[in-house]
Amino acid sequence: MKLVTAIIKPFKLDDVKDALKGVGVVGITVSEVRGFGRQGGHSETYRGAEYKIDFVPKVKLEMVVDPADAAKVVDTIVASAATGEIGDGKVWLADVDELVRIRTGERGADAI
Amino acid sequence: MDTGDAAWVLTSSALVLFMTPGLALFYGGMDRSRNVLNMLMMNFWCLLVIPLVWVIAGFSLAYSGAGSVIGNFDLVFLSDLSITDESGGSTLLAVIFLGMFAVITPALISGAVADRMKFSAWALFVPLWLVLVYCPVSFWIYGGVWGEGLTGWLGTRGSLDFAGGTVIHVNAGIAALAGVMVLGKRRGWPGEGHPPHSMPLVMLGTGILWFGWFGFNAGSAFAANGVAIQAFMNTFLAAAAAGLAWAVVERVRDGHFTNLGVASGIVAGLVAITPGAGFVAGMSPIWIGLIAGVVCSFAVGVKFKAGYDDALDVVGVHFVGGLVGSLLIGLFADPDFFGGEFDAGLFYGGGLGLLGEQALANGVVIVFSFVVTFLIFKVLDATIGVRVPEPVETTGLDLEEHSETAYHADALTMGRL
Repeated sequence: MKLVTAIIKPFKLDDVKDALKGVGVVGITVSEVRGFGRQGGHSETYRGAEYKIDFVPKVKLEMVVDPADAAKVVDTIVASAATGEIGDGKVWLADVDELVRIRTGERGADAI
Repeated sequence: MDTGDAAWVLTSSALVLFMTPGLALFYGGMDRSRNVLNMLMMNFWCLLVIPLVWVIAGFSLAYSGAGSVIGNFDLVFLSDLSITDESGGSTLLAVIFLGMFAVITPALISGAVADRMKFSAWALFVPLWLVLVYCPVSFWIYGGVWGEGLTGWLGTRGSLDFAGGTVIHVNAGIAALAGVMVLGKRRGWPGEGHPPHSMPLVMLGTGILWFGWFGFNAGSAFAANGVAIQAFMNTFLAAAAAGLAWAVVERVRDGHFTNLGVASGIVAGLVAITPGAGFVAGMSPIWIGLIAGVVCSFAVGVKFKAGYDDALDVVGVHFVGGLVGSLLIGLFADPDFFGGEFDAGLFYGGGLGLLGEQALANGVVIVFSFVVTFLIFKVLDATIGVRVPEPVETTGLDLEEHSETAYHADALTMGRL
């Protein structure tokens, strides 16, 4: 199994979710996260004092998929999350040693 | 001026002022977390700009002189007004009290344009709308030499509007529709859901609105008298009945009693009793509240079918609630209870005459307000633009328009530059 992890712009979440459903992904875990990359942060101003906010809000998606589907899933995320502007995020793949569905005890690809 | 009257109207003025921050929280809680500060600012902007516009020319255009269509310039810059004048300061008190209404009326429109209106455009829209729409409409219904009876063309015909159902709620509600027709839909609407980001803020705002509305309606008696007492009672009952009606509709139709249903129903009831607060009595406010609660609970669904993006339901609650309440005066007005100063409604032996006058006054205001507001938006759009660019809309107006955000993680804020 492969773990697909993606960091995307928050407002792209609906588009990405719909695209992933369209290629057969059956489950996604989503977190609101903050971080910095090449985009850098932003500044906010309170009573004339400027504050640097280095970590900008992003959304992280995680899903475990069959290795045969991994490339398609990554391509789908890239296509649906892209705006062409800096800060669009990243997608990466990692191997998963074991996967268990807690309710039934099913293991491996059966648990996806 | 009677000291008891002065004390009550001064108190009511402060109550009505408090409604605008209450409205800001009511709308702000319903808005998305990335735009809540923009919503608060649109409302507070009215608290900054309108008082100045009001004393410079607004009050004079809305209430001065004996014309029928628009006021004169006799009272601009508060000239000739004094606490030692022959009115004993009561005209100055009217400037204060009615100024609070002038503040909240354009603020009502902010809920419709939420999430995508350029703040600079809003900043200019507010004073323009007050002078070009609110002042003439006020004069039609309330105009005339202060304290000497009505001369405005709708008021003299006999149409009734106790505290601003037509002048404030129908007027602002239809203006909101005109505004969003120029502004366009939010990105993703209606496919993407936009649920309230903080229901506790919505409920707090609702409570503040109800509290302030006692000043709005009972203060509109402009005296500490029996009419004020009845208006207070009507405000109490109509809000409760409408909140209950909306909640029950949702329980039957959708399966649950929801906080937003209760809040929306209370506000719809307050809007609906506003025009009739000093003209109906007995159980009539309960009927008006029940009818408004049910009608508005369905009216807020129309935008999805008709395709206009009235973000926080200014049309469904304020326009529809105000119109329903204003027309119901034509049925429930009970002049005997109040000493016979106005025409009776259908249920009190008055025939259909008053209902016709109510329909006429609202129809005229709807057409005028829609057309002029549409033109103001078009002119602003052609000059400075009314809509934020897409990256601002997606990142959030709080950060991009105001350089602030509502909710921080302290550990991630890196200190002063």
